[in-house]
Amino acid sequence: MSVSELDHALLAEEEEKSLEAREFGFWVYLMTDAIIFALLFATYVVMVDNIAAGPAGKAVFDINHAAIETALLLLSSLTFGVATIALGEGRPQRVVLWLLVSLALGLGFLAMEVMEFAGMIAEGASPQESGFLSAFFTLVGTHGLHVTFGSIGILVMIGQVMTKGLTKPVASRLTRLGLFWHFLDIVWIGIFSVVYLPSVM
Amino acid sequence: MKHEPDGAGRLRRCAQIAGTLIAVALLAGCGLADGPVISPKGPIALAERNLLFTAFALMMIVAIPVYVMVALFCFRYRRSGNGKYRPDWDGSAAVETVIWIIPLIIVIILGTMVWDKTHDLDPYAEIEGHGTPFEVEVVAQDWKWLFIYPELGAASVNELAFPQDRPLKLKITSDTVMNSFWVPALGGQIYAMAGMRSELNLLASEPGAFRGRNTMYSGDGFSDQHFTARALTADDFAAWQEKVKAADNALDARAYVELAKPSQANPVTYYSTYEPNLFDIILRKYAPNPGPYESEAVAIICGGTA
Amino acid sequence: MLGRLTLEALPLYSWVAFGGAAVTVAGGLGALVLVTYLRAWKVLWSEWLTSVDHKRIGIMYVIIALIMLVRGFVDALMMRAQQAIAVNGEGYLPPEHFDQIFSSHGTIMIFFVAMPFLTGLINIVVPQQIGARDVAFPFLNSVSLWMTASGAGLVLISLVLGKFSQAGWTGYPPLSGAEYGPGVGVDYWLWALLVSGVGTTMTGINFIVTIVKNRCPGMIYMRMPLFTWTALCVSILIAFAFPALTVVAILLELDRVLAFHFFTNCCGGNMMMFPNLLWIWGHPEVYILILPAFGIYSEVVATFSRKRLFGYASLVYATAVIALLSFTVWLHHFFTMGSSANVNAVFGIATMIIAVPTGVKIFDWLFTMYRGRIEFHTSMLFTIGFIVTFVIGGVTGVLLALPPADYLMHNSTFLVAHFHNMLIPGALFGYFAGMNYWFPKAFGFKLDTKWGVRSFWFWIVGFYLAFMPLYLLGFLGMSRRMEHYDNPAFQPYLIVAALGAISILIGIGCIAMQFYVSFKNRVALVDATGDPWNGRTLEWATASPPAAYNFATVPEVKEIDSFYAAKQRHEAYRKPDGYEDIVMPKSTPLGLVLGGLSFVLGFAVVWYIWWLAALAFVASLAVVAVRACDDDSDYVLPAAEVEAIETARLAKIASADLHDVSDPVTSAGGVPLPGRA
Repeated sequence: MSVSELDHALLAEEEEKSLEAREFGFWVYLMTDAIIFALLFATYVVMVDNIAAGPAGKAVFDINHAAIETALLLLSSLTFGVATIALGEGRPQRVVLWLLVSLALGLGFLAMEVMEFAGMIAEGASPQESGFLSAFFTLVGTHGLHVTFGSIGILVMIGQVMTKGLTKPVASRLTRLGLFWHFLDIVWIGIFSVVYLPSVM
Repeated sequence: MKHEPDGAGRLRRCAQIAGTLIAVALLAGCGLADGPVISPKGPIALAERNLLFTAFALMMIVAIPVYVMVALFCFRYRRSGNGKYRPDWDGSAAVETVIWIIPLIIVIILGTMVWDKTHDLDPYAEIEGHGTPFEVEVVAQDWKWLFIYPELGAASVNELAFPQDRPLKLKITSDTVMNSFWVPALGGQIYAMAGMRSELNLLASEPGAFRGRNTMYSGDGFSDQHFTARALTADDFAAWQEKVKAADNALDARAYVELAKPSQANPVTYYSTYEPNLFDIILRKYAPNPGPYESEAVAIICGGTA
Repeated sequence: MLGRLTLEALPLYSWVAFGGAAVTVAGGLGALVLVTYLRAWKVLWSEWLTSVDHKRIGIMYVIIALIMLVRGFVDALMMRAQQAIAVNGEGYLPPEHFDQIFSSHGTIMIFFVAMPFLTGLINIVVPQQIGARDVAFPFLNSVSLWMTASGAGLVLISLVLGKFSQAGWTGYPPLSGAEYGPGVGVDYWLWALLVSGVGTTMTGINFIVTIVKNRCPGMIYMRMPLFTWTALCVSILIAFAFPALTVVAILLELDRVLAFHFFTNCCGGNMMMFPNLLWIWGHPEVYILILPAFGIYSEVVATFSRKRLFGYASLVYATAVIALLSFTVWLHHFFTMGSSANVNAVFGIATMIIAVPTGVKIFDWLFTMYRGRIEFHTSMLFTIGFIVTFVIGGVTGVLLALPPADYLMHNSTFLVAHFHNMLIPGALFGYFAGMNYWFPKAFGFKLDTKWGVRSFWFWIVGFYLAFMPLYLLGFLGMSRRMEHYDNPAFQPYLIVAALGAISILIGIGCIAMQFYVSFKNRVALVDATGDPWNGRTLEWATASPPAAYNFATVPEVKEIDSFYAAKQRHEAYRKPDGYEDIVMPKSTPLGLVLGGLSFVLGFAVVWYIWWLAALAFVASLAVVAVRACDDDSDYVLPAAEVEAIETARLAKIASADLHDVSDPVTSAGGVPLPGRA
């Protein structure tokens, strides 16, 4: 073995260790993010009755709209799961394909959320109306912002898979992005149950 | 390397400095004894102070040994000292038990005290057995205090007067940022927040004039946002009432809006009458949904413009 | 184009403000000129600004802390001077300037002195204490550093452009809301908190992973040095608590910039949410500041008592209990908000329970001194000064934890004295002890003792003079944050307090002298062995300053105080059988770039320069994406090079420099001397 090959082996070994640390670190990061959402949920629950002169949740939430959003996001989580399976099988084309599907579903979700927000603001239910609406827009908007970042991440990872193939670092990043994407699902289920469901009950 | 002076010299210096500090503290103590916290003028403040003293004494059980041990160990186990040297001694079940258990016992004692006293001295709890409470409605403004006397139909700014032989029941709110109402000689302190009503029950054990103020920073006029709390004998209180009536000054809606504008170092002012339900209207001003307004006065006060 | 940034932003409203701005600008320019004069730009860039080496990053953190300490202390001095003369409205500061000063003092001391100081020490020391070659995420570490620096930069620039917050360092709304606190001050405050807070969160994540994953073989949790233990607990506290700060800062900024109604008086806002959210971060933060100092005291007291630490397990459990309980007491910061007696009592009791593990720690340190051979090194003096003084703070803390007593003393100068009593002896003295203790590790020469001892005496005397009068003023009924007062009885106490501030000023001067004198005598003060104090833990096994990789061969640990045991077994300083290639992270400017972009983003939003904010935001996303695509972030240091470095190091260690570690009971001399070094 030449020196550079030795180096290569050493770097690969170090890389493996570092990727393992990254995965653990990512879990810790997700926990910090979960705390952010937990506090935003708590704030929302405290503020939910502070509707002031603005409308209440019942008047502005469209449960069907939210249900379709939910379906899109859950479906994109599923398709991301399929991409992860393809990753395990080492089939880059399929990974890219399913990532594209997940991205499309994610963007669809975002488009629906933007429509919902725009519609509410047009009806006079803007976040400046009341403490309740401030809390609603912040909670749901923060989730939407995360989905946006996740979508950018998917885009970057599609590029990486296409140019670099399924190398170890790429696979590791993809796994972590997957964690993030599924995490957003869990948060959304929380939003659906705490924000939208009570409006029809 | 120069050899450092050893522990003994250092300790002497320590002792000298400590001595000076104690002397200064004793001198200062003379003025201190009259301070509102050390010599309170009401049973609530007295109970709060006594709790402070009791807890302080209890904690000395832990604190004094610390001081003794620091001094003793620094002296005995300094490099040139004659204490034994046991570099591998790193634990002792007996010592560990004592240092966990003793503080724990003290905290349990303090904890039961806290539970009882926090309930006894709850600022919302009415003080019993001293006649009917004298009610005053308090409004924090930028940067003064407005006192409304429903019993008298009058109001005053930066002076709180009440009959000394009756408990004082304060209902407190704010027509501006968060404030904190404090009369240390009588005890207690509570925040004043817009749209919310907090309460404070106090009692003065002797007639007198006590300092009160806002302790929550509220802007430029904060430093001068203080008032005098006057506990008056029956005669003095009657005289004070006459004085207020004689002021012939009405705090109607427009006058109130003028008063509520930011102003600093306001002189004591008396109002012989005030807008009916003024306190409730001020509370309502910050309700999530204050309207519709049933009268012009309500609209003026809630709108904040005359 | 420039949002609300106009010429009006220049601080021409008073000579004092203009002077502050002039000094800030001159200081910045002076630094640039100095670097140019020393022709140090290239070294500065390649060795420091772009470095991802945890030791370099740690040093830069401490430098930020010390610079900001001077700035924060000037604020303190100005406040003390004002209050000393301000009876009946005298004084040289108007209220709208005085309030900026107390707001920036608190913000700076907590976020930009204490936080970077402890983060710096953790960075320098913890990887070495656990036998690691680096932190888990060296690049992230660099990003954290530069985000902290950019937060500090936002506070500093607020002195030159616009005003700082006038709502206190805790910034309770509605005073800090758009209606009652217009202008850029609160926005500066919020962005400084946000930017540095995100950086700190990443530090927390980084050190959790570092300590969990990067420990050397044999370093099980119950063998970790106490400082590493506290660093682990602090990292966990950071990861749990700082998200709350991020949330509360964003909500208030939404209220201010987009007219939301989280904390407003009107429209269904709930101002009581703010103190709750703030102190859910804020109380753990107190322990984030204090626990590392506790760790330092534990190391120092064992080393300079020449003895094993007493009650290691007790100290570990006490640390963990404190960390856990710190999340259960936040409400004690506002007992006077009108909660029910039940709620107040529960939080009061929870608060007092924390006194138990804290008391245990004090006694553990004392029993470490018992039957030791105490050497009164500067670090040890700070430790003893801490023990004596901290007890007072603990006692007054328990007093304030009694809700009825708190009704009496809340928001008075008694409270101010109490938390300074926790944070100066409790945290800052610890950092100073750590600085004196680990300075040779970072720079290869020791700090001068004479000036160190002087700095200690001026600090501690200054502390007593400055804060004991404030306790008493609380009894006299003085509120905090008073720009002037009408009670002449306050004045004598405030004059004494001002004298205390002057003593602390001299103490800071002594530290500056200490650096200067030590640098001048660096040859005489050299630490040749890497173990100047006859240390016990692994960081003393490396060279001073350590090579980039810390350990040429990863050590194996068999016990607590493993380096001391290795010395006793004559295993230390032994040449290994062979050296290996070592993988090291490459330097990168991207951390600096991200920090810079976060500064631009914060500055742009503060002044409503929306295009610039958008640009900075998109640019930071792009930088992150670029970094995420980089697979080539490491390089290999060949074994031959490692061997050259290590051979040179071992050659320099003369046997006369080594410490006597013989057993005093069996050896003839009885008392081992701490060696020549």
